[in-house]
Amino acid sequence: MYLLIVFLPLVGALLAGLFGTALPRAVRESIDVDPDAAHASAPGSRSDAAQVDHALDHQSPAWPGIITSGLLVVTAILSWIVFLSSLGGSGTEKIELVPFIRSGELIADWSLRIDQLTKVMLVVVTTVSSLVHIYSIGYMSHDSSQPRFFAYLSLFTFFMLMLVTSDNLVQLFFGWEGVGLASYLLIGFWYHRPSANAAAIKAFIVNRVGDFGFALGIFGCFAVFGSIDFDTIFNAAPGQVGKTMEFLGGEFDVLTLICLLLFMGAMGKSAQFLLHTWLPDAMEGPTPVSALIHAATMVTAGVFLVARLSPLYELAPNAQAFVALIGAVTAFFAGTVALVQNDIKRVIAYSTCSQLGYMFVAMGLGAYGVGMFHLFTHAFFKALLFLGAGSVIHAMNGDQDMRNMGGLAGHLRITWLLMLIGTLSLTGFPLTAGYFSKDAIIEAAFAHHGPTSFVCFWLLVISALFTAFYSWRLVFLTFHGRSRAAPEVMDHAHESPPVMLVPLYLLAVGSLFAGLIFQVYFIGTDESLFWSTSIYRAPENEIVHHLHDVPFLISLLPFLMFLGGSGIAYYFYILRPDVPKRLAEVNQPVYQFLLNKWYFDELYDLIFVRPALSLGRFLWRRGDGWLIDGLGPDGISARVLDVTRGVVRLQSGYVYHYAFAMLIGVAALITWYMFGGSH
Amino acid sequence: MTIGLGHYLTLAAVLFTIGIFGIFLNRKNVIVILMSIELILLAVNINLIAFSAFLGDLVGQVFALLVLTVAAGEAAIGLAIVVVYFRNRGSIAVEDINLMKG
Repeated sequence: MYLLIVFLPLVGALLAGLFGTALPRAVRESIDVDPDAAHASAPGSRSDAAQVDHALDHQSPAWPGIITSGLLVVTAILSWIVFLSSLGGSGTEKIELVPFIRSGELIADWSLRIDQLTKVMLVVVTTVSSLVHIYSIGYMSHDSSQPRFFAYLSLFTFFMLMLVTSDNLVQLFFGWEGVGLASYLLIGFWYHRPSANAAAIKAFIVNRVGDFGFALGIFGCFAVFGSIDFDTIFNAAPGQVGKTMEFLGGEFDVLTLICLLLFMGAMGKSAQFLLHTWLPDAMEGPTPVSALIHAATMVTAGVFLVARLSPLYELAPNAQAFVALIGAVTAFFAGTVALVQNDIKRVIAYSTCSQLGYMFVAMGLGAYGVGMFHLFTHAFFKALLFLGAGSVIHAMNGDQDMRNMGGLAGHLRITWLLMLIGTLSLTGFPLTAGYFSKDAIIEAAFAHHGPTSFVCFWLLVISALFTAFYSWRLVFLTFHGRSRAAPEVMDHAHESPPVMLVPLYLLAVGSLFAGLIFQVYFIGTDESLFWSTSIYRAPENEIVHHLHDVPFLISLLPFLMFLGGSGIAYYFYILRPDVPKRLAEVNQPVYQFLLNKWYFDELYDLIFVRPALSLGRFLWRRGDGWLIDGLGPDGISARVLDVTRGVVRLQSGYVYHYAFAMLIGVAALITWYMFGGSH
Repeated sequence: MTIGLGHYLTLAAVLFTIGIFGIFLNRKNVIVILMSIELILLAVNINLIAFSAFLGDLVGQVFALLVLTVAAGEAAIGLAIVVVYFRNRGSIAVEDINLMKG
């Protein structure tokens, strides 16, 4: 069963990727050869609806989408069965597959580790992935390379499942890099767009920075524990408390150092502060990709990593504090930027960034279950928001600028309603999914007594205000007010086909009720039973109990923030649409600062990109072109040419010159023989 | 003064040298080169016969006759080549024959 869950997506990816274009071509040729046969088979294929005909016209078949979606749906159903049957808690199951690396002490085998943490991730990944697959059948129907798209999507899902089921750090790294690769391929899916290629490369490179730390962390684990197997590391970890190791010429606490290095990888993958710049640019990819990879699953891999390594982090309080602080700063920073962005997908991207910050705060506070709960609910409502935005973009003929929208509620009734649900859940309207998980994080930040938790708490509260504001701003700008789009676009604006709406219904159900239903398991009274051994908390870590006894006013605070943010957004964009513009004019520096995302891209451009480029140019021009080529190939060939030019002049072509040379030669030989050689 | 072996050998050497210089210094005509080769061969013949008479060994004279026939054949072939060359390229001036120039 677990094997099916993990490997069905791979099967789908291989089918779609290897045969996606080969099979229809074969069909086509057989049609060309034998028209009668084509007619005979036509009635049978009629049942596959018009999409098959449509696909044949575009030379892009629909069957890869249908097959991969079907396999993913099976996977999702299996995952839900696994998940629901173990709500009361379950132990850790391990499935050995095949040996992978066995080199001296280093042993890394392909194996699956299924515990509660993995099961939660399985459900999240497969559910969102299958819904996104189905949605893409509709969204990508006009695209000419669907097999490639679906192959990438399924491949991504496989790598993600590999990541969450891994039993050692190397296999986890395999999945980690695999999802990075799939992300790169999908961001650059429309490779004829230079901006998409640039965004893909940016995502890849920024992730390399994080992965460098991650790899160092794995090396550190092996150096300290002599193993990269999770169980071995976790069992040996308490023995390493307080010990130091040498790193970069200094002495550092072993566990803190390893945790921070591994967290660096998580920061890259989860787009945390300082390494976040790739995520907004990643919106160049198709919208379903943004929903699946850059909102619901891949970017949460970092959160999963911290939860998976909870036995390590529990022993490194300094690293925990750092995680929480970075999370809070990210939540705040991304929230401020999202306030003023005009691209509908970018707003949601920064929102994702911000919510990931929330999750990391929970992780840093030791409230792993709470963080995972937010991951779980966030996957639903953020995927819903992204896919809804995709539906809007679909209706707007690809325009993503919210300044050109407005008044779409009348045209896109269902999408409007669904986006409303997603927004309510994201902003934490009572009893929706986001309400339970986000408020729990804020309460945990209040209940925690650490050096940074006070800062974290207030940053999160303010971020909640921002969240409410930018979410409602998005809804109001897109769906309400007067239409600012060109009339012909508005006439054309239409509701999406059912194949795109059905996944949205399911996600909306999740956004509304996932919190209510699963709260008791993830963070409620059954919490310790539910997580059992998959998450480790130090005995003195009572955060989950404390967070239920925070003062009533504090637990009301997020709701007040929701009311405040929504109210301001309503005032700004419905009652007095001229206010935001005047406000922006009055506070021009602040506005520009936020609009340009705190100038992070410019800063990195100045600090890293340009020096790297000029260094590269120097090495290319001087080092390679001048030094190596000059002394190496070019130099040698020039000398050879000089010599040959001299030799060529000897070859005059006159017979008597050759004869003369022969004579001289013979004379010299004879002379040598007579006077030199014989002695 | 009696004419001895030394005189013959000197004559042969002079002829040989003239032949060699005829080949190298000639810039005009390929036929002159052929004639120079004949001179060289004649110089060799004189050497052979002179030594044959000096040593009383007839083999030298037989060999000289052989060289004469080879020289006749060589002259025939050489002239034929020159004729064909002239037909093909319209000139047998030595300066123009430099197809092997690098």
